[in-house]
Amino acid sequence: MYVWIWRHLPGVTALRVLQAFLLVAAIAALLLFVIFPWVEPKLPANPITGPGTVTQ
Amino acid sequence: MTENSGDDQATIPSTTGGVGTVPPPPPAAVDPGGGSSGGRRRGFGDVVRTFVRGIGQTLITAGLVLLLFVVYEVWVSNLFAHQKQSQVHQQLAQSWQQGQDPLHGEDRLNLPSGKQVVIPAGEGFANLYIPRFGKDFAWTIVQGTDDAALERGPGHYTDTAVPGQLGNFAVAGHRVGKGEPFLNLDQLVPGDAVVVQTAGNWYVYRVLGDQAAYAAALKQPDKDKRNKAIEAALAAPDKQGVVGREIVDPSDIGVIDPVPNHPNTAASRALLTLTTCHPKYTANQRMIIHASLARAVAVRGSAIPKELPGGTL
Repeated sequence: MYVWIWRHLPGVTALRVLQAFLLVAAIAALLLFVIFPWVEPKLPANPITGPGTVTQ
Repeated sequence: MTENSGDDQATIPSTTGGVGTVPPPPPAAVDPGGGSSGGRRRGFGDVVRTFVRGIGQTLITAGLVLLLFVVYEVWVSNLFAHQKQSQVHQQLAQSWQQGQDPLHGEDRLNLPSGKQVVIPAGEGFANLYIPRFGKDFAWTIVQGTDDAALERGPGHYTDTAVPGQLGNFAVAGHRVGKGEPFLNLDQLVPGDAVVVQTAGNWYVYRVLGDQAAYAAALKQPDKDKRNKAIEAALAAPDKQGVVGREIVDPSDIGVIDPVPNHPNTAASRALLTLTTCHPKYTANQRMIIHASLARAVAVRGSAIPKELPGGTL
């Protein structure tokens, strides 16, 4: 997969490195700011969250 | 010279004898290092190799995503929570300015414990200050302790007392992530002020525990012994059997009783209880801080109580 992506990035090596970096940053941002906040409430509730007191 | 030619010169003779000269190079060109495997380009071994490599990359990717999730939990979730808290904080300040009070002014010193004050869920209704945590420590307490409420700020256990009321004003907060208002709750010591501001009043609670024993503990030169002595001072029960700090099981909801851990005793004073997770980064236990109301003072303009830095009230 990573090799495939690398092969399909255009330009010289320096340009490819830059693109790969941007790609990683974009995916990380998507996960951190969109996907995780959306997924987190759907995860199974912490089973040790008692009726009373708080988590984390 | 022509015999010696590589690929560069192949273009020149290609027009004349291209078909004739090309056949010898192909095997070498297609499979330069193929001494043993011969002409087989994608054998069984290659398929297995690709498959195994695919699994490896998938697992590494999954590991990185999980690591990133940890980053989200302990760091990015704070950004979202702080944003929500600042909205709640501003809303409350605005409400107060317009003369609106989510508590409808029903909080007052020694309000009987039977009186239930209804506050809209998720709404901020009081501010919390703990001088021990520095000047910047200011949180708006919201009504309710569900996930959504606790992401906005420390949450008030709905059925417990309101500030100043006889009984137990109990508040839950996250320890790590989601704004982590109660990250440093373990640093509170007997006598520390916990200040709560409502529309009309300032309430100053003081952490329970043996203050004399704490003062004595500070003189202990050995660090381990000193910490043990501070713990003992915090765990010392007062005349009603309420301690300054306790670590309990998550199911021990008795800690937010009107008189903590004494379910059948009627409330005779105003207490405050803070609850959070313990140890840090886990939810195995709960750290509980109990404090009792030391004094209350009416809000007067922008003046703040003496317990806070620069306070005059």
